[in-house]
Amino acid sequence: MPRRNFEKSKNFKTAIKQLFANLSPWRFLLTLSLTLAMISAILSLIAPNKLSDLTDIVTDGLKPNISETKIKQIMANPDIPMEDKMTFQEMLTSKGKEDELLVSLDKLPKSIYNEIKPEMNLEKVKKIALLLATIYIVSAIFNYIQSLSMTSVSNNFAKNLRSRITNKINKLPLSYFDKHETGDVLSRITNDVDLIGQSMNQSLSTLVTSITLFVGSIIMMFVTNWIMAITAIIASLAGFIFMGIILGKSQKYFIRRQEELGKLNSHIEEIYSGHNIVKAYNGEALAREEFDKLNNNLYTCNRMSQFLSGLMQPFMAFVGNFGYVAVCIVGAILTSNNVISFGVIVAFMIYVRLFTNPLSQIAQAMTSLQSTAAASERVFEFLGEKQMKKEDDLTTLLPRDKAKGSIEFKHVKFGYDSSKTIIKDFNVKVKPGAKVAIVGPTGAGKTTMVNLLMKFYEINDGDILIDGVSTKQLTRENVHDLFVMVLQDTWLFDGSIYDNLKFNSQNVSDEEIEKACKTVGIDHFIKTLPGGIKSSISDNDSVSQGQKQLITIARGMLKDAPFLILDEATSNVDTRTEELVQKAMDKLTIGKTSFIIAHRLSTIKNADLILVMQEGNIVEQGTHDELIAKKGFYAKLYNSQFEK
Amino acid sequence: MLKLFKKLSFKDVIYIFICFLLIFFQVWLDLKLPDYMSEITRLVQTSGSDITDILTQGFYMLLCAIGSLLSAVVVGYFASLVGSSFSRSLRKEIFDAVEDFGMEQIKKFSTSSLITRTSNDVTQVEMLLSMGLQLLIKAPIMAIWAICKIIGKNIQWSILTGIGVVILLGTVSIIMVIVLPRFKKVQKLIDKINSLTRENLTGIRVIRAFNAEEYQTDRFEKANNELTDTQLFNQRCFATLNPIMYLVMHFLTLGIYFIGAILINEAGMVDKLNLFSNMVVFSSYAMQVIMSFLMLAMIFMIFPRAQVSASRISEVLDTKSTIVDGTKEEGLEGEKGTVEFKNVSFKYPDADAYLIKNISFKVSKGETIAFIGSTGSGKSTLINLVPRFYDVTDGEILIDGVNVKDYKLKALHNKLGYVSQKAFMFDGTVSDNVAYGDNGRKKISSQKIKEAIEVAQGTDFVTKMDKQYNAHIARGGTNISGGQKQRLAIARAIARDPEIYIFDDSFSALDYQTDATLRKELKKYTKDATILIVAQRIGTILNADKIVVLDRGECVGIGNHKQLMKNCDIYKEIALSQLSKEELENA
Repeated sequence: MPRRNFEKSKNFKTAIKQLFANLSPWRFLLTLSLTLAMISAILSLIAPNKLSDLTDIVTDGLKPNISETKIKQIMANPDIPMEDKMTFQEMLTSKGKEDELLVSLDKLPKSIYNEIKPEMNLEKVKKIALLLATIYIVSAIFNYIQSLSMTSVSNNFAKNLRSRITNKINKLPLSYFDKHETGDVLSRITNDVDLIGQSMNQSLSTLVTSITLFVGSIIMMFVTNWIMAITAIIASLAGFIFMGIILGKSQKYFIRRQEELGKLNSHIEEIYSGHNIVKAYNGEALAREEFDKLNNNLYTCNRMSQFLSGLMQPFMAFVGNFGYVAVCIVGAILTSNNVISFGVIVAFMIYVRLFTNPLSQIAQAMTSLQSTAAASERVFEFLGEKQMKKEDDLTTLLPRDKAKGSIEFKHVKFGYDSSKTIIKDFNVKVKPGAKVAIVGPTGAGKTTMVNLLMKFYEINDGDILIDGVSTKQLTRENVHDLFVMVLQDTWLFDGSIYDNLKFNSQNVSDEEIEKACKTVGIDHFIKTLPGGIKSSISDNDSVSQGQKQLITIARGMLKDAPFLILDEATSNVDTRTEELVQKAMDKLTIGKTSFIIAHRLSTIKNADLILVMQEGNIVEQGTHDELIAKKGFYAKLYNSQFEK
Repeated sequence: MLKLFKKLSFKDVIYIFICFLLIFFQVWLDLKLPDYMSEITRLVQTSGSDITDILTQGFYMLLCAIGSLLSAVVVGYFASLVGSSFSRSLRKEIFDAVEDFGMEQIKKFSTSSLITRTSNDVTQVEMLLSMGLQLLIKAPIMAIWAICKIIGKNIQWSILTGIGVVILLGTVSIIMVIVLPRFKKVQKLIDKINSLTRENLTGIRVIRAFNAEEYQTDRFEKANNELTDTQLFNQRCFATLNPIMYLVMHFLTLGIYFIGAILINEAGMVDKLNLFSNMVVFSSYAMQVIMSFLMLAMIFMIFPRAQVSASRISEVLDTKSTIVDGTKEEGLEGEKGTVEFKNVSFKYPDADAYLIKNISFKVSKGETIAFIGSTGSGKSTLINLVPRFYDVTDGEILIDGVNVKDYKLKALHNKLGYVSQKAFMFDGTVSDNVAYGDNGRKKISSQKIKEAIEVAQGTDFVTKMDKQYNAHIARGGTNISGGQKQRLAIARAIARDPEIYIFDDSFSALDYQTDATLRKELKKYTKDATILIVAQRIGTILNADKIVVLDRGECVGIGNHKQLMKNCDIYKEIALSQLSKEELENA
């Protein structure tokens, strides 16, 4: 399946609005999560300040107290012996280098040393450390709760979307599925929903945290000192512009890389799955040539996108360092002019980092939000498709056991496109228990009959009456209930044979199931399976196509309805199984008004009525003899099959 | 994995070596940075220091930063170069290997698995090479170097850093152990959701006919709940990682400062200053140590996946086709157009039972031979032996009097026009599809394409298409019907002008009328060609010169329709199940 992560949404704003509108059931958790993310971010703005306070206290504890007043105090202190005062005086006047001063300070007599030794406010250190520890822990806990609630929101939202899509499938008219490919709906339910869940989980909280950090650090910087703030911003700006350019470029290559990868994969898939044709037609050289071309294109984009996206991190580090140096130099100039204190510089060193980091994260989060928007657009587009008419107002009920089995088409007009009517004024009356054969070349529109009988499609004009009741007055569910339908594509679900036979009719007894198997003739085959009737169908190679067809017939048999729609085509079935299938089909028609998409001459010849279809329309109707006598399309069709 | 990396070219190895040196240089610069930083800090802090001193230090620091940036850029450049060119040549190698495979090898791996091996698996290995390699070189250098810088500086701080590393690695590994197996489960559950939705879509008519919407929805919801629960569990586990990382890093810094404060307070004057600058340096190096261990942990996250991918790739590359090319280009004089099976038997190499047992027949130029039998009787297998999709186990097949194994594969295929059971369409125009391949002669002309489509009864629908012969056919032919696909596939064989046609049940999607006309026209168009037909319908083969009736791989009858109706029970049974007695007699 193609990856579409980099697709842009048609309308970002509307898509995001719609996304949030649909998130409303999780308002509380979402708000909680985003608020916690914001608080966490604010706490991480405060923490560096406290850390620099701590550093300040520690540095204060480094300098010996040899101010003028202190020296005078010492000299005046009568408790200190005269001898010690002399040594001290001598040391002060000798004016060595700072290092030597410190060494000599250590050698001072105890009495003086105790007086001038630096006092570190350990109590304050403990206090700040405790505060910081609390901030860190609270921030971590908030962070954790925030991820937990975000995880819960995104996963439950994804689950909800999946359920809604599945329910939507049941409510859409069949015309939707005839027009759209299975793969398309499938990719919405998996890829798109997954993408929404994942990127929402990451991007939303990252976005909130980063924006808070970004705005917060700008505010903090300006509040602290505007000159320094401007310095920091200008120093980083050049870096950001450069980064923006790189990001844009790499994004372009990224998109192209995905496209090229998609092309290459399709080519590989085509060549691998057509391996025998490629070989038999000596197409290898051609395939290799095409492969090399695509492989080379991919190589170029791949290399560039990797290189450019790899630049991001080192560049961010450089911008950070550059800002650091700029702040230090401007700070030092300002300090020497006594405009700011040293603490301000320390604070700014941290702000610069806090300011530069979030930008790249914002950029990344925006990209992933873009793809979320595109994905959610597709999902909501599907969920917003026009549904089938509601049938709450239909109260007429025709119970299965009361229905006699007559059906009448009265001036029926139908077309898949409103502009193109394919069935024009079709009239026929079918008595209970009659056999109607539908014949015509492939593509003649035989499934159209199924669609109309089953009320899968609404007719444009006219009426279809079952036992005299218009199907317009019956719910679709009621109409479906009156029919047994066995089609050519043997649809069975991934489960045991038993579950497939029973399907959704819970009131069918095991005896009835057994009987149906016997009638159809699969009882013996089922017994030979290692798990018997509870064997799974999907991973069982021993269930052949023909046997699957027999199972669908048995499934139809278990539903005792007055009408039958049967497709006789038995493709990919060996002749012996085919015989079995046909016998089972014949048994299925007993006592039912049957519409048979006929492939066997015996069926056609014995039919009470033959409907001949061509290019979607019913061109002739009557019995075999009547139609042959007419020498029309049917007669031609019949004769051609055995032409020499 | 190593085996794959041995494929790196000498140039790539040089690049990697350059990367290694540059990363070394980069780490040196990165570790040098904190020195300048603390020097600047000290200068700023000391009142009265010269601005020029700060400028000089700042200049050096920026120089370091630029140096580090430049080497990172160059490393990034080489890494992307090595990674992409490695993946390019690896992909090509796999593709070439698969192209040489016989059907046996294709079947062994399955097409979809081969596709993943050629694309996703290569990407995995590439990622390890381009990203992992940088980390793999950088992380240990950084860790060792940073540790060297701080080792012996202070025992308390070292212990603290050690505890931090242990907690981090412990958390990462616990989460990996818990979550990794569940990742596989998630993949399975996603597949399940996929298949349930596919089921709901393909069976939509049946489900509605049985009013079973709710029944299916219940099944879906069960899988949906399971998927959500598993994913919630996984993501909740991962949610612990971030706060723990955050706590470890911050508490480490805080701890170093706190311990530092106490130590400084107790130390003598001279030691105080030393301790302080050590503390600043230590805390920044400790961060580097933690970071490098995190990098290593990341490699361990990519590594297992890449390892699995690498072994899957090696499996393909180590598999050799069993079909060996011959040397002959031409058949024997006077035997042109003949196909002869001499006691041919076939079984899959690892199977016990024979699929084809001792089949012999001969057809001459211009004749039609048909094969009929129930599914599993070996009809398709039999004719797939002619183009050597598989090789016979015993006996021999002669074309133009020469064993097929002795031909160059290309020469052999040039003699054949093969139409598969499932009509295969390429992405391209109608003409591209019909003129596909190379028949060893001149390019197929547009006139020839039109003729071929005419004979295949496709002119009607092709001329009705938007751009006619240049109309686009989607990949797999999804925009045309099954019958139309079959007709184009047949036209493709006709356009090749082969000596021998092979139709593997290729008329099944055509209605009887088209089927009959097509065969009649084909016979007219290619009088000299030999035709091999596999069919399910009696009508299709009724007029063949020879009909081979197969049952469980054995030939139970050979002759024309009339003869077989008389002396072959199985044939009679098949015939009667499809046509009534009088119809058969009239035939």
